Amino acid sequence: MTTLQPPAGVARRPDRPPKRDRRSWTGWGFIGPFAVVFAFVFLAPIAYSIYLSLFRDKLIGGTSFVGLDNYKQALQDDQFWSSLERVSLFLLIQVPIMLGIALLVALALDSGRLYGRNFFRISIFLPYAVPAVVATLMWGFMYGTRFGLVGDINSAFDVTLPDPLSADLVLASIGNIVTWEFVGYNMLIFYSALRVIPNSLYEAAEIDGAGQIRIISAIKLPAIRGALVIATIFSIIGSFQLFNEPSILRPLARNAITTDYTPNYYTYSLSFNGQQHNYSAAVAIIMGLITMVIAYVVQLRGMRKGA
Amino acid sequence: MSSTSSPVTTASQPPSAQSGQSGGSKNTPRLRTRRKHTPGRPKRSVLLTVLTGLIMLYTVVPLVWLVISATKTQEGLANSSGLWFSHDFALWDNISKTFTYHDGIFVRWLLNTLLYVGLGAGGATLLAILGGYALAKFNFPGKRAVFAVVIGAVAVPGTALAVPTFLMFSKMGLTDTPWAVIIPSLVSPFGLYLMWVFATEAIPTELMEAARIDGAGEIRTFFQVAMPLLAPGTVTVLLFTTVATWNNYFLPLIMLKDPNWYPLTLGLDSWNSQAQTIGGDVIFNLVITGSLLTIVPLIAAFLLLQKYWQSGLAAGSVKE
Repeated sequence: MTTLQPPAGVARRPDRPPKRDRRSWTGWGFIGPFAVVFAFVFLAPIAYSIYLSLFRDKLIGGTSFVGLDNYKQALQDDQFWSSLERVSLFLLIQVPIMLGIALLVALALDSGRLYGRNFFRISIFLPYAVPAVVATLMWGFMYGTRFGLVGDINSAFDVTLPDPLSADLVLASIGNIVTWEFVGYNMLIFYSALRVIPNSLYEAAEIDGAGQIRIISAIKLPAIRGALVIATIFSIIGSFQLFNEPSILRPLARNAITTDYTPNYYTYSLSFNGQQHNYSAAVAIIMGLITMVIAYVVQLRGMRKGA
Repeated sequence: MSSTSSPVTTASQPPSAQSGQSGGSKNTPRLRTRRKHTPGRPKRSVLLTVLTGLIMLYTVVPLVWLVISATKTQEGLANSSGLWFSHDFALWDNISKTFTYHDGIFVRWLLNTLLYVGLGAGGATLLAILGGYALAKFNFPGKRAVFAVVIGAVAVPGTALAVPTFLMFSKMGLTDTPWAVIIPSLVSPFGLYLMWVFATEAIPTELMEAARIDGAGEIRTFFQVAMPLLAPGTVTVLLFTTVATWNNYFLPLIMLKDPNWYPLTLGLDSWNSQAQTIGGDVIFNLVITGSLLTIVPLIAAFLLLQKYWQSGLAAGSVKE
C-alpha cells in the first residue's frame, strides 16, 4: 500500500485496462468457494429435478421411468392451469400498480421539489426490512373484523365493508401486501438509477427550453430503462413464485385460499402433503420454463426499444 | 408540479450534482445553507410533498399499527381502536410474556435466527466478496461461463429448486439440522453481482501491481489492499444478505420439522396458526409483540447504516 504508482523502471503502461495481462488460474482461487456452493445448491438440484420429473412412484411396483408422462399430465391438469391463471391476473394488475407508484415516487424524490426528501425515501423503503411473515400477519390482522382496521371502520361509520379475506377479494388483499412490501425497494432501484444521470443532459435540456414532463420522458425514463426492465423481470419472477403471503394468510382465510392457490403452493402441496415428488418436480420445471421465457421476452423487448 | 412556471428549474447548479456515490445524507448540510434563492434549485412543491406523503402514510401506518397493538393486552386488542392506545399499557408485560412463553422458545428462535444470519449471511457476503474480486480483477479460464451460468440461474424460480434440494438434503441427512438452512443461504447471486461492479470501480489495478512488486502474495494483496477498499460494498451486501436470511420463510419451512430449530419467522407463523385453531391458546398479543421484536433489529440496522448501503446501491446502478 505504499505507492499508487508502479516504481520507475517497471514498464507498465498507465492506461492498461483493469485486467491481469495474462490469463491464469489465480482467479479460480477466489471464485472457487462461490462456484462450489453454487453448484451444490443451484446446479445439482436443477439436474436432480429434471431426473425426478422423468419417473413416477407407483403404489405397486415402486419407481419406474415414464419419460415425459408427468409433463403431459401437468399440461392437462386443471388445478395447475387455474393457479397459473390466478398468478397471471395478479401479475397483470399488481406489478404495474406497484412499479408505477415506485416510479412516481422516485421521480418526485429526484425532482428536488419535495420537503423532507430523505425522510420520505427512508420511510417508504422501510417495509423492505419487514419479513413476509410479519407483513402478512400484520395486514391479516388489520383486514380482520375482530381487532383490525376494517372492524374499526365498520363500527365507527356503522357500515359493513366487504371482507378483504373473502374469496372474491383475497387476491387483491394479497396484492396489497406484496405492493406494500416491495414498493419502496423498487423505488430505491429507480431512484439510484436516476441519481447517476449526468447533469450535462439536464443543462442541455434547459438550454433547449424543455419542461419537466419533457425532461422526464426524453431524458429520465430512457436513462433508467435498464433499471425498469430489471425491476419488471424481478417482479414477474416474484409473482409467479407467489407462495409466502397466501400460505401465511391461509389460517385467516381458510375457505378463500386453497392449497393449489398458486403454482408454487400447488407444487409444495403435491410434494409435502401428497408425497408426489416426481409430479411436483415436473410442475415446478414447467413453471420455471414459463417464467424464464417470459422474463427473457420482457428483457428482449425492453432492451430493443432502447437501441 | 405547481412550480413549472418557475424560471429556473434544473439549471446550472442542480441539487443532484452530488456524485451519486453519497446518498442524501452527505448533502443535507449543504441543503440548509443554500435554501434561499439559489439559482438552479427547483422550487419546492407543497402539492408534490403531500402526494408523496400519502404514499409514505401507506407504508408507515401499518408499522404504527404494529407498535400500538404491541402495547395492548389480548382484551385491549379486541376492545379498542387499532390506531390508538388502549387504557392499559401492556408493552413491557407483552415483551416479557413473549420471551417466557413456552419455556422461552422465542429466545431459542431468536438465537437460531442469529446463527443462520451469522453463518449464512456472513458466509454469503464473504463468498460474494471473493468471487466479485475474482471477476473484477482477474482473467481466468471459464470466467465468461461462470458469469453466464450465475446470471442464467438467477432466473430459475427459487421455489422450483426447493423440492429437489429438500430431497437431496434429506438423503444426506441434512434436513432438520441448521445446515439445511445455512448452506443454501451461502449463495447470493445479487451479492456477487454487486461486489463485481463495486470491485471494478473501487480497486485500482496499479495498487495491486504495486503490492505484488513489494512482494505481497495474492492472499495478502487481497486482505491488505482489496478488502479495505471494498468496505462500503461489503456493508451493502452484508445488509441485504442479512435481510434475506433473517426474513427467510420458505426454506426453513420445508427443511425444518423440529420447532427447536425454527427461526423467528417460522416460529411466529406457528404461533399464529396455533392461535387461529379452534381450542388453541389465544396469544395474538404475543404474535404481535413478537412480530415487532423481529423487525426492530433490521429496521435499526437500515437506519443506522443508511450512508453505506445507499452508496453501495448507487455504485451498483452505474453499470446498468
